[in-house]
Formats: sequence, C-alpha cells, structure tokens
Amino acid sequence: MPVYGFTLNGNPVTVDAPEDLPLLWALRDKLGVTGPKYGCGINVCKACTSFLDGEDIRPCSVKVSAAEGREVTTIEGLADGDKLHPVQEAWLEYDVAQCGYCQPGQIMAAVALLKRTSSPTDEDIRAIENVCRCGTYFRIREAIMSAAEKMS
Amino acid sequence: MLEVALGRRRFMTYLLGVPALAVATRITFDAVAPDAAAAALPSAPSVEEMFDIGEALVVASAPTMPLVKLEIGEDGVARMGVPRIEMGQGITTALGMLIAEELDLRMDQVEVTCADARPELVLNQMTAGSSTIRAFYDPVRVLAATARARMLAAAAVEWGLPVGSLTTSGGSVTSDDGRTATFGELSRPAADPALQVGAVVPKAASDHKIVGTPVRRVDALDIVTGRKRFTMDLQVPGALPTMIRRAPTWNGTFRSLANRGAIEAMPGVLAVATIPSGVAVVAETFEQARAAVCAVDATFSAGPVPNESNDSIMQKLKKAALPFAAPALGAVTVEASYEWPSASHAFLETECAIADVRPGGAEIWSGFQAPIVAQQKIAVELGLPQKAVKAHVVPCGGGFGRRVFFDTAMEAALISKAVGKPIKLMWHRTDDMRHGRCRPANVQNFRATLVAGQVATLEQRVCGVSTDYRHGLGEILTATATALPEGAKQAVANDAFGQAVFLTFVASPYNFGVYDKRQTELSLGIPTSSYRSVPNQTARGSEEMFVDEIAERLGVDPVEFRRSTLKSERTRAVLDAVVDAGDWGRRMPTGFAQGIGVHVESRSHTAALIELDCRDPKNPLVTKAVMAVDVGKVINPLGLEAQMQGGLAEAISLTLKAGLHVVDGLPLEGSYSQYHFARQKDFPSDLEIIIMPSHDGPLGGAGEVGSSAPTGAIANAYARATGVRPRTFPINHPIDFDPFPPGQLPPPAFPEG
Ligand code: FES
Ligand code: FES
Repeated sequence: MPVYGFTLNGNPVTVDAPEDLPLLWALRDKLGVTGPKYGCGINVCKACTSFLDGEDIRPCSVKVSAAEGREVTTIEGLADGDKLHPVQEAWLEYDVAQCGYCQPGQIMAAVALLKRTSSPTDEDIRAIENVCRCGTYFRIREAIMSAAEKMS
Repeated sequence: MLEVALGRRRFMTYLLGVPALAVATRITFDAVAPDAAAAALPSAPSVEEMFDIGEALVVASAPTMPLVKLEIGEDGVARMGVPRIEMGQGITTALGMLIAEELDLRMDQVEVTCADARPELVLNQMTAGSSTIRAFYDPVRVLAATARARMLAAAAVEWGLPVGSLTTSGGSVTSDDGRTATFGELSRPAADPALQVGAVVPKAASDHKIVGTPVRRVDALDIVTGRKRFTMDLQVPGALPTMIRRAPTWNGTFRSLANRGAIEAMPGVLAVATIPSGVAVVAETFEQARAAVCAVDATFSAGPVPNESNDSIMQKLKKAALPFAAPALGAVTVEASYEWPSASHAFLETECAIADVRPGGAEIWSGFQAPIVAQQKIAVELGLPQKAVKAHVVPCGGGFGRRVFFDTAMEAALISKAVGKPIKLMWHRTDDMRHGRCRPANVQNFRATLVAGQVATLEQRVCGVSTDYRHGLGEILTATATALPEGAKQAVANDAFGQAVFLTFVASPYNFGVYDKRQTELSLGIPTSSYRSVPNQTARGSEEMFVDEIAERLGVDPVEFRRSTLKSERTRAVLDAVVDAGDWGRRMPTGFAQGIGVHVESRSHTAALIELDCRDPKNPLVTKAVMAVDVGKVINPLGLEAQMQGGLAEAISLTLKAGLHVVDGLPLEGSYSQYHFARQKDFPSDLEIIIMPSHDGPLGGAGEVGSSAPTGAIANAYARATGVRPRTFPINHPIDFDPFPPGQLPPPAFPEG
C-alpha cells in the first residue's frame, strides 16, 4: 500500500493506505483522530468538516492521496494549545451543543465562514448545510454572530 | 438507614437509604382548574391526568433507588454514576446541579457519569418518558444533603465544635473561628459509620443558588475541542471496523452467501460472518468494510412486508381504525383526519456498538437507553450468565427513543463471537434511515359534536402501525399496574401495551364534554420504536389542528376558543404568554400567517405561536416562533430552552418536510439529502422561548414536551396562509431524489462537490 505523508494539526504524520481511502477513515481508523464525525459518508451531513490547507473540506469525500504533503486541521487542531479559537469560545458562551455529535463539524464550518467574511449575513448563515438533529441552529447562529463581532 | 463503605479508590461511598423522604412515589395529580369558562362543557379527568407514563417510570424506579450511590473521594470531587443515559438532553448537567447545590460545590467539583448496566436496579435503568429529573430530583438532593451533613459532622467531631458553627462552600467546611478542612480531607472521617448525623433536609427552593439558574453543559468543553468520546471514538484495543450487508426489504433475514471467498479476498477485509440480519464484513477501515458489503452476493427472506408501500399501509390503518360512537349529525358534526407516514429518528450518530466477546465473558459498549434488558438478552443469546456480560452505557449522539432497543449491540455481540475478535459495528447512514426502527405511520381521526356553540363530544380514533415496546417498558407498566387507573390497568392486563402507553402519555388539555380517545395498532412486522414524545407529536399535534377547525366552524378566534375551553390555568398562562409576546392577530402580508398550538405532557405545559411564510406553498418557511413552557420547577433554564428548540426542530421537520416513502417494503430515503430533516435555513432566526417561573406544581418533564404545540401551530399557520387545511404530512413530501438501490450503500462522493 502507498504511504502518504501530511501535516496533521501541526504534526507530521504518515499513513499506509489505499490511494482512494477517504481521508476521514485515514484519520479515524488509522490515525485515531476521532474529532471529525461520520454522519453520511457522501458529503451531505457535513459532520466531518475539517480543513485542508486552511480550506474547509469534507474528509469523507476527499481521498487520502489528496492530502499528500499538505496541512490537515481537524477540530482537535483548532485551538492554539489551551487557548480556544474565538468560535469555540462563542460555542461555550452560548452553550450551543446538545448531544454534541454534529458540533465539531458545525464549529469548523463556522470558522470557515468567518475566514471568508468577517461580517456574515443572514443568508451566509442560512447557507450552512451542516445537519444538527438536536436542533441547535438558533444558538449556532447566535454564536457565529458573537464570534464575528469579537474577531473583527 | 445509611450505609457507608470504603470504595476501591478509598472513596467514601454512601448508599442512599432514606426512602420516605427521598424516593418520590407519590402521585402528582395535576388538579385541573374547575372554573373553566362557561363556554365549555367540562370533561372528566383522563387516565393521563391521573397517572402518566413518567409516574409509571418514577414508581418503577423507586424500590431500587437506594442502590444509587454518591461518592466523595480524597480529591474532594463528588461522583455519581447515574443509571440513565446522556443523549444531549442535559441530565448529567441537571443532576450535577442538584448535587452541587446541596453540597455547596462548584460544578467542576461534581462528576455525573452514565452507569454501566446494573441488573440489581431492576426497573430503574431506562431513560424514557422525560422522567429522569422527575425520578431523581428528591433522591439526589437528599443523598447530596446527607453527604454534606456528614462532612459537617466529621469536622465538628474533629474540631470539637457544634455543627451549627460550621458552614460549607466550594468543597470545604469552615468554622466560625476560621478553621477549614476540605471535603477531600474529611472524606475518611465522614465515612465513619459511628458518626452521628441528625435529620437531613435538602435546601428550600428559596435558598437555591445553582438550581434554577442558567448553567452551561458540563461536557461543553469536551464537545467544542473534539474530545467528547462517542461509541465509535472509543479506543478499545483491537476492535475492528465492521459493517453489515442487509436485506433489500424490512426485516428480511439472511439466507445464503454466494461469494464469501471473493469478499474475503477484497482489500482490507479481515473476516466475514453471517448473522440473522445479514452479512458482516470486518475490515481494516470502515470504507473497506462498506465497499466489501456492496460486493456481497447474498439472498434474504422477503421479510413480513415486502409489498407494502406508504399507500397500502395507510389504507390498512384507515380500515382498522375504530368507528366513532357519536352519530354524524350534519351541521353540528366536525370531522377531520390527519395522516402521518413513517419517520426516521435520524440521530446524527448512526446505530453503533463495540463488542468484545470471549469464551467466558463479553463486554459491550453502546448508547443504551435500556441497558439491563440488553445485557439480559445478549447474555442469553451468547449462552453466558448475565453477570458475565458487561454493558457499558456510552453517551450518544441523540437517541429520540430508538436507542431503547439494542439490535446493534446484539449484532455486534454475534459478530464478535463469530469472528473471535473485538469489533466495532457501525451502521451506514443509508441503513440507519432504511432499516433503523422507524416512528410508526399512523392516522388520526377526529369527530366532534357541537351543541349550542359548545363542544359536546370529541372523539379521537388513532390507528397506527404498532410500536414495539419489547425493551422493558411492558415490564414497567406491568409492575406498576396496581397504581394505574382503570382503563390503563385493563390495557396492561390484556397485554395491550400500546393502548396503555397511549392512555398514560396522551391527554387533551380541553373541556370538550364527553371525551373519548382510543388507539388501535396494527402489527405488520415493520421495525418500529418509540419516537420522542411517543404518541404525542402526531396525536396532540393533530388535535391542535382539529381544535382550529372547530373554532373556525364556531366562528371564534382560535386563541379565544382555546382560552375559553382549556382546563388548566397553567395552560392558559403559557398561551397568554405567547399571544402577548408574539403579538397574536397582528396584520400579516399576503402569503404569511400566524398559527397557534398548546400542549400538556409529562406534567408540563407548553404553547407555541408560529409565523409562516407560505408565499411558496411548496416551500413554507417558519420565520418566527414564540414558545412558552411551564415545567413546574425549572432546574436549568438553559437546558430547558435547548429542549424547546429541539422540539421546534422536530415540529418543523415532521410537519413540513421530513418523512419516509416506503416502496416495496423499504424506505426510499437513504441520507440527509433525501430525508429532509430541518437545516439552518429551515429554522427561524426570530425565536423567543419563554420559561414560566417555578412554582409548587408537580415537577414536569422537558425532553419530549416541546414538539406537539409547534406541530399544531405550524399546520394551523399553513391553513390560515393558504386556505388549505393540511391532511397528510409532511405537508410537502415529494420524491425529489434518485433512491440508492436497495441493499447498496452509496460510495464516497469523490471529488467533493
Ligand atoms: S460524513 Fe462527511 S459530510 Fe457526512
Ligand atoms: S448537537 Fe446533536 S446533532 Fe447537533
């Protein structure tokens, strides 16, 4: 099997995997990084949302080979050591989570949105497709707005 | 009685035993206001009003409540393994608050975890019926108050001071003269059985500093950093990814496998096993298991319903519905029926379990709502004594009623046994939606007779595909049968658990003269399970629509009509709260409308006012929601508010767009792109949740009570905006996708796009 090397949350890693193994399973099954969650496997629930070179991706639908030589960031790598990202802080402040299963993906999607625009509109937030089965959408919205304000 | 033991970790361990004070077995009859306005004919109290399902669970839990322990270790942390599961509903936070309150601890000095299956608890380990806080409110407070009293007594002995001169805060005892000792330091002397402790009384509500205030979730930091571990995140050594090829029809069972050798030779595949539900493939990664599952060439029995579809099921239900007793009398009769298809629980964490089965014992990890029954049945299946099976309860990514069953844990155990290795079994989303037990389809028929501007009779005839209760609830109802009111007792005696659950779960909040609600169930062999609020969301949601139809016939405003017919002042108060805050009756542009609904369940009262944008009736949008809730005693307003938001998400989804299309014995929907559970764009950005102040009324439930009022309100708004009364749900339910072939699991969507 080919070996792929990339940076994962700041650390170099290598993984021995078929070329077309979805990055999600390289992370979860081979590297033991379980922050990105499985919810559909076909890029519709967005629970696995993570970053590749700072761009948001759904690792369930990206081949591990595409990560070769690049930087992968999962929810575990979002904080700067013990210092949480402002979006994580906002998630705590608004007590967004219920079961929490979708939240790593929600947070990464929110961070991606705030990278694209520092003042998200209502439409920008409505366009977030991440499913939250527990129905935390209102608090997600509040937390994003608050984080946007604090970050600008 | 107080027993004290030194635990393995040399922690002081209390075994609670103050039954009279601690264990609430009293019946909390929620007296209805007798003053009901002159415009209504009073209805006799229903079964539910006398004894509800939550009380059945509380009563069943009581005898073994003394076995629930609180530990305070030398680190000063108070720990409790609660025999319930955290599914997102916030019980670990709420119970932690009760403990922190009585012990004057900070929240970070308390740890509430989900206990493993404890068969000695008998009927006291099922998470259902919004009953956790109702069952634990008194016992946990007494337990924690007792622990505090022992800390004080131990310090008093140590220092030779009267207890009255000592206070507690932040995990320490402090004396008038400035001496201080931590709970950790006192944990050993406090565990001395000879210690004299006076009568223990939990704090009065007026002294509460934590209970009743907004407290954030105790697992929030773990969640936002990705550290919270769900079942599939546990690193059980050697546990291998596993998926199953299932039948192309509901409950079809495995018959033969034609290409075992070819499957075993596929990349990453480590083992293949056949079990009754299909062909299991154990692989190095879940994707390799998925790919192999798709290559399986197997035959299955057709299962009990290979030819059923939504229409054929609904026809059968309509035929089987009981007739009305009152005659149809033309102008004075109002009739309506509402049809609800099967629905998927669709929790974000799909069905999953880890199993490590060895010759002498087994260990299982899963999100069990009912772990004792699971442990028993798995042990029988494995041929092991019950105590040789450890069932670990792992907090789960949503339960909504389906995780009372343990099909997945059973499958995992059988597979692990067959392959002789620990395995982690995960259902693909497509199987989870199609083969996961569904919320049963049902039809709700109503007939009312109006006499002199009043409702003289109201009959509700529900007919649904039977809900499976073979997870221990039947035993709970049987055990509490003596306490049940007549109708429900009869149903239990006849093994008609569906009827007993219906009667103890559903009540109408109105004075509508002669009230008669009945449910029949058709057992078709469809895999079903309870769904959050069980019969309520459809039964009461539909009734709220029917109430609007009656009001229209009488020419009365729907709010005025409810106000004059509601039984309880508490329901009237939540109604008034949303009417005021939501400005009921304000002018709305064409295509928009308001709708109203109220609901009573688990001793809690709720109301919802919805504004709906129906300019495109094919895509109605909830633009604003105001909800009010009265739960009697509010433990954590922040958690309660979250549960109401969750109830609203259920209502938006099930009423407007989420349902299953069954064709040839299998749902077509296989992912969130096909099953339209609400997303951010479907949820209102204008939302207000009003929490009524605590009072002396009975403690109500929270987890399930939030979906019925908005269900009615959304449909009522739709009717007012479009002039069309919805009769079939979800209101818009097209097949707007290409279904995955039955039995197949879709491949990754490369490249992402
Ligand atoms: S698991 Fe990746 S989008 Fe659903
Ligand atoms: S918090 Fe449970 S799915 Fe979003």
